[in-house]
Amino acid sequence: MTTMPANRRRWRNTAVGLGFLLPNFAGFVILTLVPVVLLFYYAFTEWNMFGGATFNGLDNFRRMAGDSSFWTALRNTLYYSAFHIPLTLAVSLGLALLLNRKLRGVGFFRTVAFFPYITSIVAIAQIWNMLFSPGFGPVNEVLRWIGVDSPPGWTTSADWSMPAVIVVGTWREMGYYMLLFLAALQTIPAQLHEAARVDGANAWQRFRAVTLPGLRPTTFFITVLLTIGSFKVFDLILVMTDGGPGQSTLVLSQYIYKKGFQENEFGYASAVSIVLFAICFLVTVIQFVVNKRRSE
Amino acid sequence: MTTLLQPPAAPVLEQDTARPARRLPKLWRILGYLTLGVAAVAVLLPFYWMVMSSLKTNNEVFAIPVRWITTDPVWSNYADIWRKSEMTTWLGNTVFLSAVVTLLQVFTGSFAAYGFSKVRFPGRDVLFLAYIGTLAVPWQSYMVPQFVMMTKLQLTDTLWSIVALQAFGALGVFMMKQFYETIPDELIDAARIDGMSEFGIYRRVMLPLSKPALASLTLITLVTTWNDYMGPLLYLRSPDLWTVQLGLKSFISQYNAEYALIMTGSVLSVLPIVVIFLAGQRYFVEGVATTGLKG
Repeated sequence: MTTMPANRRRWRNTAVGLGFLLPNFAGFVILTLVPVVLLFYYAFTEWNMFGGATFNGLDNFRRMAGDSSFWTALRNTLYYSAFHIPLTLAVSLGLALLLNRKLRGVGFFRTVAFFPYITSIVAIAQIWNMLFSPGFGPVNEVLRWIGVDSPPGWTTSADWSMPAVIVVGTWREMGYYMLLFLAALQTIPAQLHEAARVDGANAWQRFRAVTLPGLRPTTFFITVLLTIGSFKVFDLILVMTDGGPGQSTLVLSQYIYKKGFQENEFGYASAVSIVLFAICFLVTVIQFVVNKRRSE
Repeated sequence: MTTLLQPPAAPVLEQDTARPARRLPKLWRILGYLTLGVAAVAVLLPFYWMVMSSLKTNNEVFAIPVRWITTDPVWSNYADIWRKSEMTTWLGNTVFLSAVVTLLQVFTGSFAAYGFSKVRFPGRDVLFLAYIGTLAVPWQSYMVPQFVMMTKLQLTDTLWSIVALQAFGALGVFMMKQFYETIPDELIDAARIDGMSEFGIYRRVMLPLSKPALASLTLITLVTTWNDYMGPLLYLRSPDLWTVQLGLKSFISQYNAEYALIMTGSVLSVLPIVVIFLAGQRYFVEGVATTGLKG
């Protein structure tokens, strides 16, 4: 091999490298890369299942601007994100701080907290729908017991369906993000806490000056994951409320599904997809920029 | 939550060991246990309620006040569900899909990861960037064009559509590459000088060394495929192709007042995953902590 000329070796390496990539790459190109690229073409076409795509410029986007269902879906997606992101951050960080202590049963809890995350969405949505059942469900029974006279109708009420979905979404994901926080907490050297303590910092000051800065990269990573996750929230809502009652929990992903798969409007659905894609992309870029500026 | 940190304590006398955690004063310890207890109940109660309801009669499920403990469990629910639903078909399809997808994902993922991390060739890093880039693109935004591709390949309404959907994910490549990077290049070069072929190195050096990463990837893929609802919903129209998730959902719509049986079905759909998770917890948690699960 050492006698091989550099040029030939490079060709050989390329062939070998591509050979290794091929089985995965072929599938990846056909089923992910090409669809992502095609999306940007379909969005500018008029196309239903039958007949081909015909280019129609910005028509889909003009239509979107006047489509009240689209705006409802966008508004609901923002509503979900505005509560789901901070709530999950707070709960998972709190749990991680607690688990980082020398308490008995921590290992058990770490396992338990992960259960909701590995359980299928169908089962989870069904359990919670029954727990939230307005008349006879355990949640409202407990609320009545502690003195709430007319507990909310949860998934049967247009005002309370989104809070119900947010509760379940947070309940489901907190264990996962807790784990990420916990892993990061354990990399913060104990000496830093000691030094702060010796300098007379109280618990809150130490949290602000030692723990939070130490968690920065992880908090950033988690915020990005949570943001993208919230904006594309889909199966939870589809199974739990199917967007209802009315359009009270209709979100972007579901609107894409509705237009694309139930009404076969591929072109228009692709245009809405672009909006979802652009939001996720933009939010990620903004977070990267802010994070970079703050760490400088 | 920050109040749970210990209050300003008396000057520290004991030497801290490698673990960052310190023993809390008694009051705070009690508070800590209390919070932990409440959190554990909040997480577990819905599951407990599911199992209990699966052993009740229909009327008992929503009895007021809630019966937290069933005095005489209706075990026959677990026999009825098999009679009333196509549970056997659903489980069979799900097991088949989980097995095929996991095998393919682990094989193609680790194979490609070797190309990406241990073979140097021009254009490699650009290609990898394309992989990682699509990880950040929400699947929801390209599911429509993907469906068009699948239709052209005539894969819709076959189990192979789900295989195609899940088996070539970038996640497996990413995860395995992360792990391969920790294996020193010198080791690979030494094997090359000994005259081993690249495939031989992959098979006899890399694979045995990456067992923990392979275990993590296997578990994560298994759980993702088993729980997938959207893929089957979009692609599997014929009832004899349905997976557990899809079947359960249709059972719920069809027998929407059979509360106990619905919970029985839910228990059955969750049980295999809980068993797998508990058995391979360590690998699972490690895998998730290093890469993040897609979802």
